[in-house]
Amino acid sequence: MKSFTYERARSPLEAAAAASRTQGAKFIAGGTNLLDLMKLEIEQPTHLIDVNGLALDKIEPTSDGGLRIGALVRNTDLAADMRVRRDYGVLSRALLAGASGQLRNAATTAGNLLQRTRCPYFYDTNQPCNKREPGSGCSAIGGFSRQHAVIGTSDACIATHPSDMAVAMRALDATVETVGSSGSTRRIPIADFHRLPGNTPHVETTLQPGELITAVTLPRPVGGMHSYHKVRDRASYAFALVSVAAIVQKDGSGRIALGGVAHKPWRLEAADAALPQGVKAVAARLFDGARTTHDNEFKLPLAERTLAAALTQAKG
Amino acid sequence: MNKHTREPSTQNRGNTIAISRRELLAVSAASATAAALPHAVVAQPSASGASTPGSAIPTAKVSLQVNGAGHALELDTRTTLLDALREHLRLTGPKKGCDHGQCGACTVIVDGRRINSCLSLAVMNEGRNVTTIEGLGKPGSLHPMQAAFVKHDGYQCGYCTPGQICSAVAMLGEIQAGIPSHASADLAVPPRLTAVEFRERMSGNICRCGAYSNIVDAIVEVSGAKA
Repeated sequence: MKSFTYERARSPLEAAAAASRTQGAKFIAGGTNLLDLMKLEIEQPTHLIDVNGLALDKIEPTSDGGLRIGALVRNTDLAADMRVRRDYGVLSRALLAGASGQLRNAATTAGNLLQRTRCPYFYDTNQPCNKREPGSGCSAIGGFSRQHAVIGTSDACIATHPSDMAVAMRALDATVETVGSSGSTRRIPIADFHRLPGNTPHVETTLQPGELITAVTLPRPVGGMHSYHKVRDRASYAFALVSVAAIVQKDGSGRIALGGVAHKPWRLEAADAALPQGVKAVAARLFDGARTTHDNEFKLPLAERTLAAALTQAKG
Repeated sequence: MNKHTREPSTQNRGNTIAISRRELLAVSAASATAAALPHAVVAQPSASGASTPGSAIPTAKVSLQVNGAGHALELDTRTTLLDALREHLRLTGPKKGCDHGQCGACTVIVDGRRINSCLSLAVMNEGRNVTTIEGLGKPGSLHPMQAAFVKHDGYQCGYCTPGQICSAVAMLGEIQAGIPSHASADLAVPPRLTAVEFRERMSGNICRCGAYSNIVDAIVEVSGAKA
């Protein structure tokens, strides 16, 4: 690990200001992904701003009947919150399907959104990777690509976003709240928060330098049957090959978001609109323009069948 | 590799005369490191505990309560909680397995919650209460979970065992606190004490010897569940 200086921030604004004026600075909260990457020297911050003391660890009702989740709410606490379990079950289910008990106790809401990919070539510093070293090439294209994305990819990167939580938040139309170094605040719809790789796969979100996530808000509950189906190589503690977050109403309408298939949580409102026409119609829209490799072409039928399982469960 | 500025810890060892082989090796290593790292490289921390930019190896101050005893340390900022416990406080119960949060051998309990101590910086744990396997029980006064692991043969090589036991103790606390899991069928009701729940909740602790069924038996006994 490269050496770094360290400070404990006392307010969100102070943290954002420190991050924007200090070259090479990064925020640290749970640290479960950042420290992993720092040990491998994939991340090399020269200064860490510890935001754990910022008191952003509350889950509170919003004035419009939704929930405001502080950036530092731990994954365990978010999954266990009775309001989330009752009104946003897809979110509890997604969180509980991810990581391990130890990691969920440390990992935060904001940190979960900012996770880096688990592409093995991103992790292997001996291999080219456009995400780790822009312009060096993509080893996954033409390499071992079983885990990789099948939709929304580019010639520069076929990595997936590893989060389960973010997939549920996409289905719930969450909003990411931030504060910038000047004190200005922003509300970013989660649909616009994560980016597709394009020619700049190293730029993963629409956050500005120094911008700090303060909360994620959920709109008022939409009801319906909530489920999160995750297919993985082990029964527990593994990243998704394919996951399906589903919210299905009694009349058959609903929302579908997928994990494990793209560089961001994958939801298309046009696919949601096809729900009354059945699984095939939804899958056809979700994967219109898909580009698979020999290794990961199985994800298309797997996603369709997982979606079928989710819709069958929703019918009861 | 990390280069820590090591100093033999005296906090826990004032009344110990016998020096084990492990301690002798550790002290020797500390002397060698100290010789290679002159005092001048240790930066003076500011009053806030923050490290000083511009110094050769940034350090920071941190206070930890470990197994009931207070420790004030000044550490290379890179020092993980695991390394602080093992290398500075000489608590070698928490094990370094993968050092990347994948195996659970480093599991300790911080403020009542189990975490991977390899994925937390020591300085991030200012003022926190840390319990390691050494703090749960000792020979002659074992924690019920330790006794159950012995009774049910919940290990072979034993390397993952301290992490397994710390994890299991905190895991039962999580069920008691009503925290659901992926194995909980109904999110609206409190989770149940079942072997299926225990298996899912213990998935962050890997045992390469494959003692899982005996580990579950030990946990079932302590929990009072009907397997």
